[in-house]
This record gives sequence, C-alpha cells and structure tokens, in this order.
Amino acid sequence: MAEPRLSELALDGLWKNNPALVQVLGLCPLLAISNTTVNAIGLAIATLVTLVVSNGVVSLIRDWVRPEVRLPVYVMVIASVVTIIELIMNAHFHSLYNTLGIFIPLIVTNCIIIARAEGFASRHAFGFSVFDGFVMGAGFGLVLITLGAMRELIGFGTLLAGAEQLFGPMAVDWGVRILPERMTFLLALMPPGAFIGLGLLVAFKQAVDQRTARRARAARAARSGEPAADAVG
Amino acid sequence: MKFPVQTSPHVEAPSSVADVMTTVLWALVPGTVAAIWLLGWGVLINVLLAVGAAWLAEALMLWLRARPFRPALTDRSVLITGWILALCLPNLAPWWLPVVGAVFAVVVAKQLYGGIGYNLFNPAMVGYVVLLVSFPEAMTRWGAPIEDGAASLSFAEALQWSLFGVLPGGMAFDALSQATPLDQWRMVLTQGGEVAGAGASIWQGGGWSLWLNLAFLAGGAWMLWRGAIRWHIPVAMIVGVLVMATLLWGIDPERFADPLFHLVGGGVIFGALFVATDPVTASTTPRGRLVFGFGIGVLAVLIRSFGNYPDGVAFAILLMNLAVPLIDYYTQPAVFGRKGRAGAGEEKGS
Repeated sequence: MAEPRLSELALDGLWKNNPALVQVLGLCPLLAISNTTVNAIGLAIATLVTLVVSNGVVSLIRDWVRPEVRLPVYVMVIASVVTIIELIMNAHFHSLYNTLGIFIPLIVTNCIIIARAEGFASRHAFGFSVFDGFVMGAGFGLVLITLGAMRELIGFGTLLAGAEQLFGPMAVDWGVRILPERMTFLLALMPPGAFIGLGLLVAFKQAVDQRTARRARAARAARSGEPAADAVG
Repeated sequence: MKFPVQTSPHVEAPSSVADVMTTVLWALVPGTVAAIWLLGWGVLINVLLAVGAAWLAEALMLWLRARPFRPALTDRSVLITGWILALCLPNLAPWWLPVVGAVFAVVVAKQLYGGIGYNLFNPAMVGYVVLLVSFPEAMTRWGAPIEDGAASLSFAEALQWSLFGVLPGGMAFDALSQATPLDQWRMVLTQGGEVAGAGASIWQGGGWSLWLNLAFLAGGAWMLWRGAIRWHIPVAMIVGVLVMATLLWGIDPERFADPLFHLVGGGVIFGALFVATDPVTASTTPRGRLVFGFGIGVLAVLIRSFGNYPDGVAFAILLMNLAVPLIDYYTQPAVFGRKGRAGAGEEKGS
C-alpha cells in the first residue's frame, strides 16, 4: 500500500480526523477522566504511549499474523502494553495511579487503539505506524487536556491543581486558583458537564472548519473573477 | 342557488403560539400573586430577574444563530420559561441564581437544540435541575412563609438581599429561613423518626401551601377552559402521584408520607398544570399523554421517597421527556377505517 505523506498524517490525527472530535472514539475515558487537568494529562500520556507502542508492534508483526486471528493478537499486544504502563505508573506515579484507578487498565478497551492497529498499523510500515500512533495519541490527548482544563477551571476554579502527583515535588505550587471558590459551577465536574464540554469543543471545530471552507471558496471565486454564489452559506 | 364551499377547518380557534403562551402567562398570575403574598417579595424579584435574563439570552442566541428576532422574541414562550423557573427557586435566592438558571435553560436546553419546537427537554426544568445539582447551598435558601409569623422583608430589603446579600441591621439569616415541608420529611426519612408529625406540619400554620396550590389550580382551570392545555397530562400525573403514594403509605405509614402530603407538599400541582403540559416536550397522542403524566407522577413519588433530593417532580418530568418519542411511537391512534396503529404498516414497507 502506498505510504501517505507524514504531514497529511499529522493533519489527520491532530485536526481533520481527530479521534475525539471527529471519530468520537474513546468517549468513556475522555468523559470520565477529564475532570481535572492533571488527571487528563496523566491519561493523555498513558494513551499516547500505548498508541505508539501498540502501533509499532502491530506493524512489525503484520506479515506474520493470519487475518483470521488478527483481532485477538492485536488485543493481546495492546493489553501487554497497557499492563506495562500500569505497572510503571503504579511504581512511579502512585497517587496519580490511585486517582485514575480503573481507567488505566481500561485503556485496553479504548476504541482508538484497536482502530489504529486495525485501520492503519496492520498495513503500513513501522515508521509510519509509530508516527500515526503519535499524532493520533496527541490529537486525543490535546482534546482530553483541553476538556480537563475547561472542567477544572469552571468546576474547581483552579488549573493544574495537584500537579505534584504527576511531576513530582517541584510541581507542588504549580496549581493556580483563577476563580474564587464561590464562583465555581459544580455541573462542569459532573458527567453532564463532560458531555456539554465535549459538545462545545466539537461545535468549535465545526465552526472553524466552516469558516475556513467559506474563506477558501471566497478566495477561489475572487481569483476566477466570479461572484461567490455560496459565500454566505 | 349557489352556496360558497369552504375547506376545513370550519371552526377556528385562536391557536398561534403567542395566543397560547399569553393564556399561560395569565394563568400563572394567580399562583404568582399567592406566592408573593405567602413567601414575600423575593418571589417577584426572582421572576423579574429570570424573565429578563431568559429574554436577553434568547435574543443573544438568535443573533449568534443568525435567526430572525421577531417571531421567537414575540411569541412569549421564553417569558414562560423564565417565569416557571423563577417560581421553582427559593424566595431568598441571590440574584445570580435565577440569572444563571434562565441563561442555561434558554442557551443550552432550548437554543442549542434548535429553538422553540425542537427542544427535547423542558428548558425551565433543565435550568432548575442544573441549579439544584450545581448550587446545593444557594438552592436551600427558603424563607419561612409569612403566615408563620416569622420576620419578613420589604421589597427594598428583599432586593438588597438578592443583589448584595445584605440583610437589614440586626436580622439574622436563620431568622428568615426554614426547611420546606419536603425537606423536613426527608430529614425524618433519612434519620429516622415520626413521619406523621412532619406530614402534619403542612396543615398547621394555616396550611399556606394549600392556598398556593389552590391558586395554581385556579390558573390551570382557566388554561383548561381556554383550551391552552388538555386534561390528560395533569389528571394522569396526579393519579400517578396518588397511586404510588398510596401504595407506599399502605405498605409502611410510619416511613412514607400520606398521599395528600405528596399532592400539596411540593411541586406536584404546579408541575402537572404548567410544566408537564409543555406542548413541545410532552407526548402528543391522547393515550400517550396519559402514559406520560402517569409516569411522571409515579417517578416523582419514587424519587422523593428513595432519591437524594427532596423533590422529584423536575427529575421525573425530564426523565419522561426522554421517553416521549417511544411513548408517541407506541400510542399512535388508529387511522379511521384501519386496524392497528397508524404508521406501523408503512414503516415496515419502507
């Protein structure tokens, strides 16, 4: 299969085909763990590493795996990677590990990972697969962290509170209080807040895309010297 | 001789959205006056703030969505959303409570779903529930009814309290506030004790909540007479409350409140007449309306008895809003001359 250009892959993962905003995959961790920025960063990094390693391994073994058994094999690979990450987090980021709880092992069931293994890594060379895993993980992680920051800001009025769980003792006073406690909106921390926040992010992406498309149409029309018939839409 | 032949409908009723909404607005007046009479000027301040905020939020969203202003801002539906929300709020609420609730109701629950006619959930109830789960402390600032002889505020004092949180000198907040009947019952239910006493408290002090409910009932009767609502939903909902409450009370009268307490102790009458009958979010078939109303009544009592919040009417209405498409699908009336449901056959064919 023809290998795609790296810039296209990057644009796909980060924006055009963003796993969270366009494919809307992996909603369970996305909505459950995005209540604080630090939790979101922790899960974003764990998911990113899982995607990179599992894409790489699946790409390496793609010529030896028979199509009939490919899915169980992929799941085994992903589960092994997640287990390694879980053990590492348990050893080095224990309090974050306790906060994230069940959602670390649940990375195995995150649809993005199996989707990229099946849809991309199983038919592309090693380097491309690793790069795809990285940009897809980054695209997912950025949405996760944005949502986490939004919800923490509105719900707790802080940003990066509890950063020492992830970055060690030097990060003890990274957390800043931006809104006073009496101005916080508890709904943002609850499941409805997660859904509304994600919905607003998806709407934001759509609005930006429509704006870009409209500009491009107007520019094309201006070049060809014709009035843009659908410039209003 | 030639007769002019006209096509149906031959009898016309005033049935534009604005006409129906005007009827509802007038029907809200007796209940609101009674609430101001019984609970103080805070109610009026809440209504003004919520209606104003809802109207402005609607205008802002229409501008953002590039929709025409006139039809949506003059059909008065947004005024009702704000008004109904305000009547659910505590009478000693700070000013931002009705404002946040009304803005959320209009922006998220109404306009983001596509404006009037498209919203899945009753906007006023969404606003109320959002406030209830987000600001549990502010939502408990209920002042004692004036009839109980507790201290009361003048309009200026109530306004001052709402805007700045300042009470007139020498007055403590605790002197004004009091647990609502459902709150009292809930405490007894969760901490053990005599429910009969808590239930009876509602009949003391002149039974003020009875007067409030009668005023709402009067407004509802007028809406029924004007044809703005139909009887199915209110009647079914009240029957649902009575059936479920009687059932629980019959099982264990020590633990569960009696049916009459459930009927007048909270928002059942108000919800049945003014909220559940919202034409956009309620079921549209006659049988469906009965199911819809009955479901709200049953759920409201269940949530009151076993849930985390004192009153369950708002949650019950939202839950049944969610079930409306299903109810409508299974209760389509048969087309005259056919057997079975209308639409079922066609859908299989397509």
